[in-house]
Amino acid sequence: MDTPTALWNLTAGALIGMAYIVGLIFIVGIVYRIYLYLSTPAPLPIATTPAPTTVPGAAARVAGDVFLFQNLLKYDKPLWIGSWLFHVGLALILLRHLRYVLYPVPGWVIDLQTIGMYAGFLFPIPALYLLWRRFALKRTLYVSGIPDFGALVLLAAIAGSGILMKYAAHVYLVDVKAFVIGLLTFHPVAPPAQPVFIVHFLLVLALMLYFPFSKLMHAGGIFFSPTRYQPYKTLERRYVNPWDP
Amino acid sequence: MASILPIPDLIEDATAKLTCYPSKEKDLKQIDLPLARVPDWQHKAIEKFAEMLRKYKSLQVYMDICARCGACADKCQFFLGTGDPNNMPVARAELMRSVYRRYFTPEGRMFGAAVGAYDFDEAMLHKWYTYFYQCSECHRCAVFCPYGVDTAEITMAAREIMASIGVSTKYITEVIAKVYQTGNNLGIPPPAWIDNCKFLEEELKAETGKDIRLPVDEEGAEVLLVAPSADNFANTDTMMAYGILFYALGVSWTTSTYCNEGGNFGLFLNYANLKKVNRRIVDAARRLKVKRIIWGECGHAWRAGILTDTLNGPLDFLEVPHPIHICQYTAAMLKRGAFKLDKSANDDVLVTYHDPCQPARAGQLLEEPREIIRASCNKFVEMRADTIRERTFCCGAGNGLLTDEIMPIRMAGGKPRAEACRATGADVLATPCAICKAQLPEVMKHWKVDVRISGVHDLLVKAIVL
Repeated sequence: MDTPTALWNLTAGALIGMAYIVGLIFIVGIVYRIYLYLSTPAPLPIATTPAPTTVPGAAARVAGDVFLFQNLLKYDKPLWIGSWLFHVGLALILLRHLRYVLYPVPGWVIDLQTIGMYAGFLFPIPALYLLWRRFALKRTLYVSGIPDFGALVLLAAIAGSGILMKYAAHVYLVDVKAFVIGLLTFHPVAPPAQPVFIVHFLLVLALMLYFPFSKLMHAGGIFFSPTRYQPYKTLERRYVNPWDP
Repeated sequence: MASILPIPDLIEDATAKLTCYPSKEKDLKQIDLPLARVPDWQHKAIEKFAEMLRKYKSLQVYMDICARCGACADKCQFFLGTGDPNNMPVARAELMRSVYRRYFTPEGRMFGAAVGAYDFDEAMLHKWYTYFYQCSECHRCAVFCPYGVDTAEITMAAREIMASIGVSTKYITEVIAKVYQTGNNLGIPPPAWIDNCKFLEEELKAETGKDIRLPVDEEGAEVLLVAPSADNFANTDTMMAYGILFYALGVSWTTSTYCNEGGNFGLFLNYANLKKVNRRIVDAARRLKVKRIIWGECGHAWRAGILTDTLNGPLDFLEVPHPIHICQYTAAMLKRGAFKLDKSANDDVLVTYHDPCQPARAGQLLEEPREIIRASCNKFVEMRADTIRERTFCCGAGNGLLTDEIMPIRMAGGKPRAEACRATGADVLATPCAICKAQLPEVMKHWKVDVRISGVHDLLVKAIVL
């Protein structure tokens, strides 16, 4: 075996090992945090009023928060546009990436390909807007730390390396898919030998490693905000405090 | 629409020196708190923090999920009024999050300051003591937060942690001690309460010519009214209004000298006192064998009031078990046509309405007070849309800030309300909250707004034809 091949094998092995370790941390971390949110009691009714008075009403309020960012939509339009496009872009990009994971590729994933690509190209715009806003407003600059900038820079870098692969440093879909499915089925094969792909993949691993320990947990935590998911039922039935019934 | 006050430039430490007086030993003795800073206080505080995280989903989730987007930053009256960055809700909460990260997250333990994780040391405790007592737990930030993060939950937890290691404020602990001694926040002893009621009955006789009663400790009355003690002492028009209201309805009612206060300062300190202060209401209702409890014109009383069934219930010994606010009761009576009203009695004034934070943002009480005012007054004007209803501004003294040593904070915090009121040109600002009624006259005087502060029922009874 010549030196470059040995080096590549070593790199591929390291990547695969890292992917499994990070994947494990990602899953265990998220499951643990969600379990924490689920299992921690909410002792008192604290719905922010005016609040829905029924459970379906409260569910609709949370759905409005998750899909429409309704408080921002009502009261902070520029931030709403930036953050909503940012998140919708992310969602489309993630869905589009299902084609690297699923076999056979479902029709709706294929249908998403074009819009998913546009979302990928345009994603840096809201990401850069949010980054700019963080610097431009003295208020947000004051409360922003390394993790706040870091998360945005990381996402922008992932998007950048992804776009680069489409144009400057092409990677074959088949190779990517073999690699990803290999990982998922525990029969790992070497990744495509393309530096930009390796960088893209490493950045994603970094994001996954960071996710459960960071504010990115708002993705799961938004479902557990008592001021939003609690209906206001004080006049109907007794709310029981689990640790002081 | 531009903010009611221009968003200020950040002025670091603008209010860093404005702290409340610390508690006195004589008060702490009565409310089950350590008399001085406990030994090993840092460790004890972190233990208490861990306990709070286990007990409160809100705290656990709100420590984690804030994205620091800043949607709340310019929404707090104390930031708008002072420019101190630590009065931005997000920054206030970060004071607690930085300690959370340091002791409860792996990245904070590993990377410390680089990820915004800081020790709970003397300097941090001092920041907590300063800025968690410059928050009126008014919930306004929660209305603008994309996840509904409510700084009130964070401030309440921080205050409970501090109280557990012997750090609290004189005003709050003094008031709670008074409640346990006398039954009310102002420390009015039972004979004085009875005297005041007698005196007000004479006033009512002189004004109306009728024998309108303000009953005290009357067993078997239908209604126990828990009004703020300030209504008996300072806002006497509101106290007399309750009398006229029940007289007009022909409903028997009573106040209690064991519990002549709904306002619950335990809410500003810790769970144990919140529960204990509120218990008096239920005990008084049992002793007097009433059928229902009605909460008077008091914001924090209602905040604690809606928790009564949870804290001190079940209330199934009452015919009407759930908490009822006097505005809900009156509005329901209005709908039934129970009063004969002559609105023109209030024609001499233009009236506006100030939503107290707790009824508006925590107590679902937005329509009823307006229905009462509209039924009683021809001339009613709302303040700017972004300063009323769930977007109302705190009067600037809620949740234990109604104390003179932090007067600059109170006046700065009251400014958005003052400016919104000024813009209406109203003669009377009606509000159903004793703290607002104590704070707003000073705020309006300070910012030179010519308006009289009134209760909601004061206006109603002026229009009632007896």
